[in-house]
Amino acid sequence: MAAVSSGTATVTLPTDEQILITREFDAPKHLVYKAWTTPELVKRWWSGRRGAVTLAEIDLRVGGQWRYVMTANEGFEVAFHGEFREIVENERLVNTEIYEMPGAPPLAPEDEPVNIITFTEEDGRTTLSVLVQTTSKELRDMIVDSGMEAGMQESMDALEEVAVSLG
Amino acid sequence: MARAATTADVFNAVAEPRRRQILDVLAGGERPVNDLVPLLGLAQPQVSKHLRVLREVGAVDVREDGRQRLYRLNGHALRPIHDWVKAYEDSWSERFEQLDVVLEDLKQKEQGDGGSE
Repeated sequence: MAAVSSGTATVTLPTDEQILITREFDAPKHLVYKAWTTPELVKRWWSGRRGAVTLAEIDLRVGGQWRYVMTANEGFEVAFHGEFREIVENERLVNTEIYEMPGAPPLAPEDEPVNIITFTEEDGRTTLSVLVQTTSKELRDMIVDSGMEAGMQESMDALEEVAVSLG
Repeated sequence: MARAATTADVFNAVAEPRRRQILDVLAGGERPVNDLVPLLGLAQPQVSKHLRVLREVGAVDVREDGRQRLYRLNGHALRPIHDWVKAYEDSWSERFEQLDVVLEDLKQKEQGDGGSE
């Protein structure tokens, strides 16, 4: 069964330290919230087409931790974790999100990026917004760069497929 | 992504909030500098300085119109920024497409539980 695509994500950069991601879904907000906060469901969407989620842990309470691990199609692992700071069921989540960069020194707690996620329903459809609040332009830019890196990796893969098919 | 570390780089030019504000105003149409002064609440020399930086990276074009100079947005110069954000946007779009599939399943299950359909 084909899902009804509700269009692409919209990304804007409201300030030097922020990223805002929005997207409308053809589902009521309690279901979007459920898909966002249930480990078995997160495993089905979080990696997109870039790999498989091998671990999704969510301790959904204020002060609780979450951690996702994905094995990318290229074989390497990507992991993120964070802590819930605010939870309003079906409405709003505030949590930190830290990219576990191998070999990099840990961020100071006050520098950890914070995601503010809101679920707004109208006529059975839900607008999801994810506001990523960082503490510096450098950090914000690094997060946006991560898309470029993943995108380039995909382009390389596509190129390789073409090359193989030509061979 | 590698970027030149000079102010003659469109990324740096728009890093300044006031300059982004100028671009927002110019996105609505061509304007003389005198229009920008009250809108931004800055002195004219400061506005002119920001406009100069934006012109250097090609984000803004200027033309003479009688005694005044009219500034306009050149969206083409902002393309690298668009491309940069686009890749990040694409990664979220992919993720959300998968989420659409999960949501369809949840909707069907919910309808099934209701038993009426």
